[in-house]
Amino acid sequence: MTDADRADFLQGMKDCVPIILGSVAFGILFGALAVENGMSLYQAVLMSATIYAGASQMVGIELFGSNVAPWLIVLSIFAVNFRHVLYSATIGPRLKSFSFAKKALAFFLLVDPQFAESERRAERGKPISFAWYLGMAIPIYCCWVTEAAIGAYFGKFIGDPTAYGLDFLLPAYFLGLVMGFRRRRNWLPVVLTSGAISVIAYKTVGSPWHVSIGAIAGVLLAAIMAKPASPEPVVDYEAGDA
Amino acid sequence: MDTASSEITWIIIAGAILTYMARFGGHVVLSRFKTVPPRVLAALDAVPAAVMTTLFAPVALTNGWPEAIAMGLVLLVGLRFNMTAMLITACVSIVALRHLFG
Repeated sequence: MTDADRADFLQGMKDCVPIILGSVAFGILFGALAVENGMSLYQAVLMSATIYAGASQMVGIELFGSNVAPWLIVLSIFAVNFRHVLYSATIGPRLKSFSFAKKALAFFLLVDPQFAESERRAERGKPISFAWYLGMAIPIYCCWVTEAAIGAYFGKFIGDPTAYGLDFLLPAYFLGLVMGFRRRRNWLPVVLTSGAISVIAYKTVGSPWHVSIGAIAGVLLAAIMAKPASPEPVVDYEAGDA
Repeated sequence: MDTASSEITWIIIAGAILTYMARFGGHVVLSRFKTVPPRVLAALDAVPAAVMTTLFAPVALTNGWPEAIAMGLVLLVGLRFNMTAMLITACVSIVALRHLFG
């Protein structure tokens, strides 16, 4: 390891501090809610360690608690994480100096804030070195996995979740995430459409189909409303997802 | 009926593989195209909001007054404050409203 690598690694560790502070509560909340929804501590940790995408993990545990076909849960997790295709496509050209193995590791660790900070660093004209990337990614990853274990361990002692309103936290969290996207183009029409269609589907077709039907309605609307000549949408940082 | 425990583990593993494919695949697939159709980009851009809306809208509108009012309060708080403030509002208001309407 050269001196430059060491300096980059330390800089990455410095840059990730606000992200860890901002996501610690959600990592623990995930572990606690996972146990409330019937998962074991081992499964909560496995989920944080392998899927490693906060919002989709919350979607997963919400669906584990209801009568949803397994393939549909997998599809929902994938649907929520599909935005990473855009991150990957955007950041790929910046990682040209990485070997294939380094790229393979870097893409595994490409969570929302990692993407946002990498773009920010690139915009300031600084190269994204492997040392900086890992200096940032390793502490975020280790904290996220540890938080799931802490939340799952203490979640067992919480008893009746409705008594503390904990069952309402997950829907509120999703509202918060959706509001975080509100500067995106056609956000309001998409949200209103998905919301209205999902409520109608919930009342008529029933759960769990309201999730897919409502989501497809919103995505189709976005595709229809896109102007063929419009500039490419900006891929932005999605708050709340670590 | 909840999802069985062994099924949960397999769902996690399948979800992890697909998530990794999304994280790696974007670079592999999209880098081969010179331009991506705007409608495809717009659809991808809308995916997270569209999916997550379906996870709170029915709770807000079909569960009863406490959930509807509390979700409205969370929305108002979210216009000014961060996620932590929203979740504290959610917890406090739902407990108070359920007590009130209970």
